Amino acid sequence: MKPFPYLRPKTVAEAIGMAADDPGARYIAGGTNLIDLMKRGIASPTKLIDINHLPLKKIEHRYDRLRIGALALNSDVAIHKAVVTRQPLLAQALLAGASGQLRNMATIGGNLLQRTRCSYFYDLALPCNKRKPGTGCGAEGGINRTHAIFFAGNGFGGIEKSSCLAVHPSDMCVALTAVDTVVVVNGRDGERRIQMKDFLRLSTQQPELDTNLGPGELVTAIEVLDNAFAKHSHYLKVRDRASYAFALVSVAAALQMDGGRIWDARMALGGVAHKPWRYWAIDLMLRGQVPSEKLFREVAEHEMESAKATEQNAFKIKLTSNAIVAALKTAAGIS
Amino acid sequence: MKRQTLENPSDTSLSRVDGAVKVTGRATYSAEYAVPELVHAVLVTSTIAKGSITTIESREAEAVPGVLAVISHLNAITVPGWPPKKQPAERMPVGTAFRVFYDPLIYFDGQPVAMVVAGTREQAVHAASLVRVTYQKETHQTHFEKNIHQSGIAQNVQRSKNSPFQDYERGDAGALANADVKIEAEYTIPTQHHQPLEPHAIIAIWEAEDKLTVYDKNQGVKSAQGQLAQAFKVPRENVQVVATYIGGAFGSGIRVWPHTMAAVMAAKQLKRPVKLVLGREQMFTSVGYRPYNKQKISIGAGKDGRLAGIIHEGTGQTSMYEEHLERTVLASRALYASPHVATRYRLLPLDVGTPTWMRGPGDATGTFALESAMDELAYALKMDPLEFRLKNYAESDPERNLPWSAKSLRECYELGAEKIGWKNRLREPRSVKRNGMLLGYGMASSLYGFHRHPSKARAVMHADGSVTVQSATMDIGPGTGTAMMRIVSKVLGLNAKKIRFELGHSALPDAPGQNGSSTIPSVGSAVHAACEALKGKLIGLAREMPRGTGQEWSGVVRNGQVLGSGDDKEGISYADILKHHHLNELEVTEESKSGAERDQYSMYSFGCHFVEVEVDPLTCEVRVTRVVTCADVGAIINYKTARSQSIGGIVGGIGMALMEHSAMDHRFGRYVTTDFAGYHIPVNADVPPIEVYYIDKPDMQANPIGSKGLGEIAIVGVAGAIANAVFHATGKRVRELPITPEKLI
Ligand SMILES: Cc1cc2nc3c(=O)[nH]c(=O)nc-3n(C[C@H](O)[C@H](O)[C@H](O)COP(=O)(O)OP(=O)(O)OC[C@H]3O[C@@H](n4cnc5c(N)ncnc54)[C@H](O)[C@@H]3O)c2cc1C
Ligand code: SF4
Repeated sequence: MKPFPYLRPKTVAEAIGMAADDPGARYIAGGTNLIDLMKRGIASPTKLIDINHLPLKKIEHRYDRLRIGALALNSDVAIHKAVVTRQPLLAQALLAGASGQLRNMATIGGNLLQRTRCSYFYDLALPCNKRKPGTGCGAEGGINRTHAIFFAGNGFGGIEKSSCLAVHPSDMCVALTAVDTVVVVNGRDGERRIQMKDFLRLSTQQPELDTNLGPGELVTAIEVLDNAFAKHSHYLKVRDRASYAFALVSVAAALQMDGGRIWDARMALGGVAHKPWRYWAIDLMLRGQVPSEKLFREVAEHEMESAKATEQNAFKIKLTSNAIVAALKTAAGIS
Repeated sequence: MKRQTLENPSDTSLSRVDGAVKVTGRATYSAEYAVPELVHAVLVTSTIAKGSITTIESREAEAVPGVLAVISHLNAITVPGWPPKKQPAERMPVGTAFRVFYDPLIYFDGQPVAMVVAGTREQAVHAASLVRVTYQKETHQTHFEKNIHQSGIAQNVQRSKNSPFQDYERGDAGALANADVKIEAEYTIPTQHHQPLEPHAIIAIWEAEDKLTVYDKNQGVKSAQGQLAQAFKVPRENVQVVATYIGGAFGSGIRVWPHTMAAVMAAKQLKRPVKLVLGREQMFTSVGYRPYNKQKISIGAGKDGRLAGIIHEGTGQTSMYEEHLERTVLASRALYASPHVATRYRLLPLDVGTPTWMRGPGDATGTFALESAMDELAYALKMDPLEFRLKNYAESDPERNLPWSAKSLRECYELGAEKIGWKNRLREPRSVKRNGMLLGYGMASSLYGFHRHPSKARAVMHADGSVTVQSATMDIGPGTGTAMMRIVSKVLGLNAKKIRFELGHSALPDAPGQNGSSTIPSVGSAVHAACEALKGKLIGLAREMPRGTGQEWSGVVRNGQVLGSGDDKEGISYADILKHHHLNELEVTEESKSGAERDQYSMYSFGCHFVEVEVDPLTCEVRVTRVVTCADVGAIINYKTARSQSIGGIVGGIGMALMEHSAMDHRFGRYVTTDFAGYHIPVNADVPPIEVYYIDKPDMQANPIGSKGLGEIAIVGVAGAIANAVFHATGKRVRELPITPEKLI
């Protein structure tokens, strides 16, 4: 770990000021991701700005949305009454992530900005376009069992050759991508509001960028808009052990049902792309339909047609398809 | 026969004596000794798998504040026990232990190439990241599957006619060819790492030019003492090795590894105490692993379910410079009464570090294949897998043609089957669902050879009637001290509060390292002998003391007293005996070792595991939901700690079967799963209820305490039992570990 200055701002403005003009400066919240990256030499901030004293912990419901401060802890959000009743999908996704101890440290802002778990990214001795652009993607032709099966351009005719096969590791972000969420950020030029679907990036020719956050910008809150999915939503996480493992694939499924039919549907998939993969067409495919395993299987296979496997992860195509079916069955309450 | 269970109200076993110290953080582990003048060393490791170092640029590192030295083959001290260096450097001949900072040659990725020593660990870590090493690369071979055709009989085996790893055959080879039902299958287990939670660590202190003390995480202080004394050419007694507490090892601490040597060399060179703690990623290339291996089994039986023959072939990975041999195929010779058995064992040297023993070495590996194949054959015969095993029960050792010293495997099968409800299961695979999950049951047998090594123990009775017992044995987790106290307590009739047991220091009486499940059989016997001798002395001293007319001191001790004989049972306390004889202390040292019984009997621990699994039909996730294990290891010394041993072994087996896999990118010859996010071991949520039973029947042929080893058989067979349960649940036979969703989908 390289020596670095450590600062403790008290206000948002002070924090933003400290980060201005220093592209190497980093905010630190729970530190559960950043410290690991620093220890392995992947992140070497020129300046560490500890934001834990900023007043960004509040969780509240106002008007048509749930507003969650960037410093609210994953564990607090997961059991907050307004979250559990209005956005159970988010609560489930949070609880599916990491471990109790980590959730007690991890913040919402940090969770949004956590970096990939691709092992090549973590090893300075190996090539990685995300860590060091232009060195090549180690995972391509290497160990890529857990890597992406959906890429930019998927489903819209032709897949772009990706310079990074990594997947976004967050569970929370999968749930937030499925429903309407806004990320509120603050920078030198004031506040910006970014739709969750546009906050994280697909891997293009600039895999070093995970998000569309500008330099020095601070996430201050997320806002989850009210919806009618609370009764019929399910977060399914498939993993290599029963707990404390990143998703092989995950599915955030949200349905609005009435009279035995589906009237609105949302879905995002985790562990399959550089950012949570929104299944845009699902609403069209399910609207007005009576839920059945057969229907869900058709819906699942439709989206998987545009998936593309690497050497070691062909199984993820079938697995994701199965997981979609399982998640939809649970969300719809059919067996 | 006593059947020990947790529910047994007569269980008087001791709780772990060092439990409170450990869970409250007061136990001092190797890296935690406060030593004045201590400096910190951090290794720089190679990023290529084969070749040689061309340059080491260390100026930037040396300029970091606090840095004392950057040590490498360019400037390291000469280790007196090593042969003089050759110019130019030559590759080590097979059979040579790796020598750190000796020459520029690279044998495996992750090999130490330099070491930074600094005032603080942070300074050393930072400086280590600034050391630039360049290499002349050579083509490496690390891919097991692609190179398996290069495997051969170990040189070591070729040289020694009596090696157990020689090709073996008994009976008529034609029997298998003509068997009614036959199975031929290949089984693969990838490289797996021990990864105890406590990383390997050492503090090395040269107290004088020829006097060394090390606090080192290892499994044998005496062998470490010997190896260090030899390497540095100092008298053995001038080297002291201390390892009082160990946070798990599973075999990773059986030998002295390069990082230990590196720290001792640095301490000598800098004349300062040096501490070195391996990083988690370094634990993947520094302290051995369970070698990648492939096995082929041909097995056949008659329609009546009697085995006709077994051919078991195995190939294991090793390094280019050492031959690591394991018992992989050996279980097939002894476990079942098969008239024909042939085994062949081969090694495949690759550009990797040397593997080492990992819990249940060879047998955990071999029984995965054998017990899977037995299960496959049982289904092919349309026979119950347990019934099939009972049909081929070996009443005596079919390999050595000797009677077993004791064997209650049949009782283990019966008890285990009863507890799991074996007979209620539907035999048809993929036929039962519970809560939407596919439900399956599987079982496997387990065995492990008996190991007893010469051991000494000293027992010292103090003036207050308390006793201290000492032996240079180890506790890598099983609760050695607790079990030994139980032996002391029984022999001397003393309350545990009056007993102190000391271990983990090379100045104590000779004992073997803690491996091969040999501690209780070896050291337990020595402790027993020392306490018996002490008891004899106490009774002798008592008999020299005056008693009322016609009365005698008996040979019975109880509650810290020698009892009187006859009607007057009143006894005399040990303290009073010592006092009467004006003794401050009474000391005995005894040695215990095996004798002719080893040639008269075949000795093994036996056991079996019954496993219940649930498999999600859509996501194909496998979860073990229940385990019943039953073992016959002779007398159980201390039930509570024994049970923990068994549970630990089962948990290790769950990891082996379902998740552990060190993935290597062969383009670089480098492991990529080098943290706990990539290398999965079971977490609490993966551990189901585990029921542990013992056939608590002393094997008095084995040793005076009638007790055999437990540590290894706890894991041996578990992977097979789980794979068999997965087959029963899903109808899919997975022959390559770990059983992850892609293998079932
Ligand atoms: C062993 C382990 C297992 C895990 N398993 C899972 C899992 O299964 N599922 C899952 O979803 N996650 C998992 N995680 C990841 C975990 O959720 C994240 O580490 C955590 O959410 C990060 O939050 P933090 O507050 O600690 O972030 P930090 O480590 O403090 O920061 C992470 C990044 O975010 C930036 N940052 C933080 N806050 C802000 C802000 N307000 N504005 C701008 N930038 C900011 C930092 O500069 C840094 O770059 C796991 C982590 C570990 C260590
Ligand atoms: S997948 Fe992405 S993160 Fe992984 S090696 Fe390739 S470029 Fe790096």
